[in-house]
Amino acid sequence: MAKHHVTTTVNGDSVEFLCTTEQTLLDVLRDELFLTGSKEGCSSGDCGACSVMLDGRLVCSCLVLGVEAEGCEVETIEGMAHGEHLHPLQRVFIEEAALQCGICTPGILVAAKALLEKQPDPSETEVRFWLAGNLCRCTGYDKIVRAVLDAAAQMRAGAASSASGKSSIGNKPATARA
Amino acid sequence: MDYQTPTSAEDAARLLSREGAQVLAGGTDLLVRLRAGMASPAMIVDIKRVPDLRGISHDARGWRIGAATSCAEIGEHAELSAAWPGVVEALQLIGSTQIQGRATLGGNLCNASPAADSVPALIAAGAVCEVVGANGRREVPVEKIVTGPGKNSLARGEFVLGFRLPNPPKRSGDAYLRLIPRSEMDIAVVGAAVALELDAKGTCTRARVALGAVAPTQLLVEDAAKALVGTSVDDAALEKLASAASAACKPIDDKRGTVAYRVKVAGVLAKRAARIARERASAK
Amino acid sequence: MNDMTNPDVLARHLKIVGTRPSRPDGVDKVTGRAQFGADMYLPNMLTGRVLRSPHAHARIKSIDVSKAQALKGVKAVITSADFDDLPSEFIPAGEMMVNFRDMTRNVMAREKALYEGHAVAAVAAVSEAVAAQALGLIEVDYEVLPHVMDVDEAMQPDAPLLHDDMFTIGVEPTPAKASNIAKRVEFGFGDLEAGFAKADVVIEREFTTKPVHQGYIEPHACVANVSEDGQAELWCTTQGQFIVRAFCARLLGMEVSQLRVKASEIGGGFGGKTVVYLEPLALALSRKACHPVKMVMSRTEVLQASGPTSGSSMWVKIGATKDGRITAGDALLKYQAGAFQGSPVQPGAMCAFACYEMEHVRIVGFDVVVNRPKVAAYRAPGGPIAAFAVESVVDEIALRIGMDPVEFRLKNAAKEGTRAPYGPKFGPIGLVETLQAAKAHDHYKIPLKPNQGRGVASGFWFNIGGETCASMHVGEDGSVDLVVGTPDIGGSRASLSMMAAEELGIALEHVHPSVGDTSALGFNFLTGGSRVTFSSGMAVVEAARDVIAQLRERAAKIWEVPVEEVEWLDGRANFIGAGEPKSLTLVELAKSAGKTGGPIIGNAAINATGAGPSLATHLVDVEVDPETGKVTILRYTAIQDAGKAIHPAYVEGQMQGGAVQGIGWALNEEYIYDKHGHLENAGFLDYRVPVCSDVPMIDTVIVEVPNPNHPYGVRGVGETPIVPPMAAIANAVSHATGVRFTDLPMSPPRVLDAIDTEQAA
Repeated sequence: MAKHHVTTTVNGDSVEFLCTTEQTLLDVLRDELFLTGSKEGCSSGDCGACSVMLDGRLVCSCLVLGVEAEGCEVETIEGMAHGEHLHPLQRVFIEEAALQCGICTPGILVAAKALLEKQPDPSETEVRFWLAGNLCRCTGYDKIVRAVLDAAAQMRAGAASSASGKSSIGNKPATARA
Repeated sequence: MDYQTPTSAEDAARLLSREGAQVLAGGTDLLVRLRAGMASPAMIVDIKRVPDLRGISHDARGWRIGAATSCAEIGEHAELSAAWPGVVEALQLIGSTQIQGRATLGGNLCNASPAADSVPALIAAGAVCEVVGANGRREVPVEKIVTGPGKNSLARGEFVLGFRLPNPPKRSGDAYLRLIPRSEMDIAVVGAAVALELDAKGTCTRARVALGAVAPTQLLVEDAAKALVGTSVDDAALEKLASAASAACKPIDDKRGTVAYRVKVAGVLAKRAARIARERASAK
Repeated sequence: MNDMTNPDVLARHLKIVGTRPSRPDGVDKVTGRAQFGADMYLPNMLTGRVLRSPHAHARIKSIDVSKAQALKGVKAVITSADFDDLPSEFIPAGEMMVNFRDMTRNVMAREKALYEGHAVAAVAAVSEAVAAQALGLIEVDYEVLPHVMDVDEAMQPDAPLLHDDMFTIGVEPTPAKASNIAKRVEFGFGDLEAGFAKADVVIEREFTTKPVHQGYIEPHACVANVSEDGQAELWCTTQGQFIVRAFCARLLGMEVSQLRVKASEIGGGFGGKTVVYLEPLALALSRKACHPVKMVMSRTEVLQASGPTSGSSMWVKIGATKDGRITAGDALLKYQAGAFQGSPVQPGAMCAFACYEMEHVRIVGFDVVVNRPKVAAYRAPGGPIAAFAVESVVDEIALRIGMDPVEFRLKNAAKEGTRAPYGPKFGPIGLVETLQAAKAHDHYKIPLKPNQGRGVASGFWFNIGGETCASMHVGEDGSVDLVVGTPDIGGSRASLSMMAAEELGIALEHVHPSVGDTSALGFNFLTGGSRVTFSSGMAVVEAARDVIAQLRERAAKIWEVPVEEVEWLDGRANFIGAGEPKSLTLVELAKSAGKTGGPIIGNAAINATGAGPSLATHLVDVEVDPETGKVTILRYTAIQDAGKAIHPAYVEGQMQGGAVQGIGWALNEEYIYDKHGHLENAGFLDYRVPVCSDVPMIDTVIVEVPNPNHPYGVRGVGETPIVPPMAAIANAVSHATGVRFTDLPMSPPRVLDAIDTEQAA
């Protein structure tokens, strides 16, 4: 059976690829476009490691067919930084040690960014329920939630994203939230 | 595996009449089954381009929700959420934020899991489906769609175009609660939906009680509703409601819960949902 | 060898160690650039897939792969015929022992399929679709046998027998009849009868726990590339590239140096990636096909066929005086090993009473095989299971005599000089400090409401050292490459470069760490046993001190002075003899290195000993819904002795991560099999790990009782955090409901059933 020819936009760039009906958007991103930042953790939409934005909605790319991306706008983790400027979430995650092994990190960052675009001042509970579809086995979620809340506060205060991802020395106390 | 994107309801119905054709709306059930090797349709019919499949509208008759509208979009609709909070909170419980970005009411209903979260609330609210097929259109109460686990009453070639909810009567309220072992992400072990109407004195004049995950299909429990009608939904009435709900259950032991557990908790959740529905009705 | 002891490490003014800089691999991880196991693509690569047994127990009468081999696009098919049968030989791997005869059979079934999901054949093909089709063409003739899934059932004399050559080790005389009991172990000392006779209160209870999976989000994945002359390269997600090399070389009959293994970034391991599953298969397929072969497990395969930790059946009896002194402890631990011997019952038995000063103690353990996947290490293997039982009984005793549970533990706490139940005396350890911190913590004072309960539990883990190499290269411009051999699963590259920079006295940003492949360094034992910050840390410090010694010599040469008159301080060589003071920075010395003797490289190859145990005390408050049995964690505090926290944020992260894994283990994680031995919940939907909204913030307190055997006082911290949570939560739920819980997980149906049964009684 002939493959589908799909034209779509990924991280702002116009992109074309061929895929079978069965290939998911995750398969296509990784195996055809070599954007391996989105990860496969479960293939059943339960872990969120494959999270991307599809036409402005947070979705699991393992639950979208590659052909469904025709004419859509896809945003992946690879599009989150702008040149050498990390998104505040990315920077704060590093500063606050909100990752250990890092496999869930791309999915969580994409999900957190979607949250803050919709709700710039979330409560701890709102953050936790929004991220319930992103499994993390290493961190116990504590530093992730604190980092999201702190990044949100910085973004609200209009802090520009850091000039580069270089390491910084110093203690960064997390915001205390009920 | 073929993939088609019909742009009219008639084209979609025609394609779906073929052997081995399968509807694709949100994909959150179908793609899981495809990947697990539990489904291998010859053709996937993506109905999201059919007009009227997406969007929410309101008229004198009530509310209309396109069957392929994402749950996320429905949840963002302030007026619908105010009119039918139980229905909206129920559909917002389906899966995670990511699932919400794709999942649809049409899929949640027609996939016919006995534990589907949106279905008991739709039944309690008296929702009706617009079904379209080779023989034209018809309206079917939601409780008539699911006939067993994984089975629905649609004929070959039929699919659900939209859902209609009545305008909620004055002093009415609805609520949905479910029991899951974690706080999110689980399939309901028990689901209970209550929609009720109070008169000016606070006496219940109408009620519908629906249970999920405690039988091969969702249950519309008339005895439970009767326990509320004519009462002020006080503790005594709620106890009767709970007993009726528990008595109606025909659950199984499975990896999510036991028979005994489901029977007991059905009563507990029905009570709690009724209380919330009563509070919402009183607040209006 | 350098003196690695650390007089006054806590009094030293440290500039970098103890702070919280950003980790060096951070940017790659937050941008998606970091390459994990499945992120490798090679030209001409094939896809490998495994055919797995649908039966829990079956004799394999024949396998016919001819149709699969003939399918267009299939380049290689393998079965057990492609692997030599290896003799029985036990070697250590992390904190468990492995046996090559068993390993050969686990990676590819030989005579029998011993669990649903057991690999029986594998194919490499040009696409996923062709590989899947090929699997469907392999014909296996199985003779289905009765199976056994439960440890107590497997120990019965008439239980279905998995291995007809299994005669229990550790029993005198060796049994004449084969059984499913692989081993019996016993530890302890004293006179139990005398001890219990002295007790005013004696409590004994039986406990069961279910197997739980490590739950790493990244499935097993590898790419093997074997060329026509047998040279092989392997990219894989692993906790130990040298261990993978050793195992695969043995299984494939290669020399170790013929196989270069590179560890990818690893998406979680927790002990479960210290073994091989796909790697030998990918190598064998690649060798046959002479193409690179990529193999990735699905989540279903991970749960069906990769090691969980043991389920157990236990009995614990403890006696104490009415003023709170433990007089005796006795425990029987029966752990399931899965299909092949090797449950962690031995370390479990060793740890069970390790938190307490015991005069009379005995622990007996049994290692029992069942038709489930072979267990693998899971964070303090064996320890959490035994601790659940012992810490629950301790709680009950404290309650019975009316004593605060923290006070009770303080009264009996193991300290420096205490004799461990497994024999040796402890050096300095920090259990008392964690208990005192618990007592003083605000958490302990918060008043509880109805249906709420508070639980306390303590925990112990030995931690290990082991063979470790590190290499430090000073570049021509004075920047430093640090090569270590232990994969980074928790942020260790940060801690290791911090120790390097601290030793050298230079800014952290000039130290660039990397994890070398197996050709870059001598043998490194794997990442596990909480050993990396300790052992690789020690190796890094030794390598740094080697570099410093060379730098001093170069300065001495330039100044023509004796090297004893050159000190190294804050990144500079200083002349401290008589005469004009002189100083050269590391950058200056590096620039002139070519003229003063050549490149400056520091090496360390050690077998790190002296790892210090890490002890912890956890506090948890829960609320139980009495009508549904649902347990909510309200607040959680983890207190642990880290010796010295090199990077406190990463120590906190270990404590929080381990605590939340423990929450999952306590409340919802378990394997659910049907009566045919088929796994019903082989996915993250119904294998229920904690999600973000299930848990509150995990408050952490790090106490520091330095380990005298490490230059910075480090104790491994990664494993101890998972030891106390199940008991702490069970104790909390027991106090909230008035019912003692002795079986895990405490899922809502079980909790409600226990509450209702108690009320009816």
